[in-house]
Amino acid sequence: MGFLFEDDNFSLFRDGFLQTIELSALSALLALLLGTLLAAFRVSPVPVLRAFGTAWVTLFRNTPLTLLFFAVEFGLPPLGVHFSHLVFGVLALGGYTASFVCEVIRSGINTVPLGQAEAARSLGMTFGQTLTLVVLPQAARTVLAPLSSVFIALPRNSAIAGAFSVGELYSVQQTFSERGYAIFAIFFWVACAYLVISAAVATLFRVLESRLAVAR
Amino acid sequence: MAENPVEDSTPAAAPLVVLSGVNKHYGALHVLQDIDLEIVQGEVVVLIGPSGSGKSTLCRTINRLEPIDSGAITLDGRPLPAEGRELARLRAEVGMVFQSFNLFAHKTVLENVVIGQVKVRKVARPEAEKTARELLERVGVGAQADKYPAQLSGGQQQRVAIARALAMKPKVMLFDEPTSALDPEMVNEVLEVMRQLAADGMTMVVVTHEMGFARSAANRVLFMADGRIVEQNTPDAFFTAPRSDRAKDFLSKILHH
Repeated sequence: MGFLFEDDNFSLFRDGFLQTIELSALSALLALLLGTLLAAFRVSPVPVLRAFGTAWVTLFRNTPLTLLFFAVEFGLPPLGVHFSHLVFGVLALGGYTASFVCEVIRSGINTVPLGQAEAARSLGMTFGQTLTLVVLPQAARTVLAPLSSVFIALPRNSAIAGAFSVGELYSVQQTFSERGYAIFAIFFWVACAYLVISAAVATLFRVLESRLAVAR
Repeated sequence: MAENPVEDSTPAAAPLVVLSGVNKHYGALHVLQDIDLEIVQGEVVVLIGPSGSGKSTLCRTINRLEPIDSGAITLDGRPLPAEGRELARLRAEVGMVFQSFNLFAHKTVLENVVIGQVKVRKVARPEAEKTARELLERVGVGAQADKYPAQLSGGQQQRVAIARALAMKPKVMLFDEPTSALDPEMVNEVLEVMRQLAADGMTMVVVTHEMGFARSAANRVLFMADGRIVEQNTPDAFFTAPRSDRAKDFLSKILHH
C-alpha cells in the first residue's frame, strides 16, 4: 500500500485522479445539456426532430462505449476534425451518456400530467416555453434519482478513455503495473479514488433531491 | 341569484367565434358532425348533453387544443392557424378553464396568474403582479396568493384558474365542465364568479351539467347528442318546452330527482 507515497507516484496518481474528474465533469455537462435537448426533440411536435432524437438514442445507447471511442478517435480526424484526446473522450462519453439522460428525462416528462401542458398552451405559451417553464421543472424531481445512477456510472465508464491516450486514473494503473508494484495495492487505491468520486456524485444528488422536495 | 334577462335577439355585431362545417373523428368514432355555430360578442353559450355527445371536444376545438379534421373555425374574423407561434398568439386571446383546474403545481397562486402575462403578453412584472392580485381579489382568493395550488380547496383552485385565464385579457372564455370535479358545497362559489363574469359582458362558452347556471346565466343553450347540435334555444324555451325527443329524454332524466 505504501508504494503510492514513493518517488513521484503520488503526483502521477493525483494527476490521473484530476484528469478523471475533468473528463467526467465535462462529459456530464455535455450529457446533461445534450440529453435534455434530445428529450425535448423526442416530445416535440416536429417529426424530423423526433426522428433525430430517436435515432441518436438508438445508435448511442446500443453501441458499446469502446466502439464509440474508436469511432470518435479514428473516425473524426480523417474528416478534418482534430481535437485533443481529452476532447475526443468528452465527445464519446458525453454523446453516449446523453442517450441515457434523454430517456430518463423523457420518462420524467411523461410523469407530468397532460393537463399541465394543456394549461400552458391554452395561455399561449409556445412549445419551448411550455417545456422549460412548466413541464421540465416538474419533471426534475422525479428524474433526479435515476439521473444520479446515470451520473455515477459515468466516471466509471470514463476509464475506457484510458485506453485512448487520456492520462486518467485507469491509465495510471497501467503505468504502476508496468513499474511492477503489487497489483492488489494498485487496484485498492484506484478503487478508492473511484469510490470518492461516486460518493461525491451521490451526495450531490441527495442534496438536490432534498432541496427540490421542499419547493412544492 | 341575478336573473339575466334573456335576449331573443342577440346584439347585432360581427360574430366573434364562427365554426362552419366542423368535423372530427377519434378513429372510427365521429365525435363532431358538421357543426355550424356562431357566437357573438358578449354572448354566453351553454353546451349541455349526455356524456360522449362531443360537447367538451367542441369546446376544446375553439382554441385548437383539439385539432379538427375538416371545416373552419375563425376567431374575431381570423382563421385558427396551424400549430406554432401564430397559434400560440391566438390561444392567448382565448381563456380556458379545465375540469381538473390544471394550475401549475410548482408555482404559487400569484405566480400562476403572473406567468402568462409576463412570458406571453410581455407585461412588466410589477404591473403583472398588480393585475394578478386584483384578479385574485375579484374571485375571492386574494388571501391565498402566496400558497401553492395543492394547499387550496378545489373551489379555490378553480377560481384561481379563472383568474389565470382572465389575466390574459381574453376575448372569449371557454369553460370545460368547470364544476364537475368539485365537492358539491364548492360548486356555487365557482358558479357565482362565472355569473359575475357573464354579467360583466364576457363572451363565454360553458360546458356544464349545472342546469341552474344554464337557466340563469346563459343567452343560449345548445343541446348536443352524438356529435351534433340537436337543438338550440333560449334557456327558458329550452327547459320549459324542448322540441327534440333526445332533449326531452335527457331533461326528464336529469330534472326528475
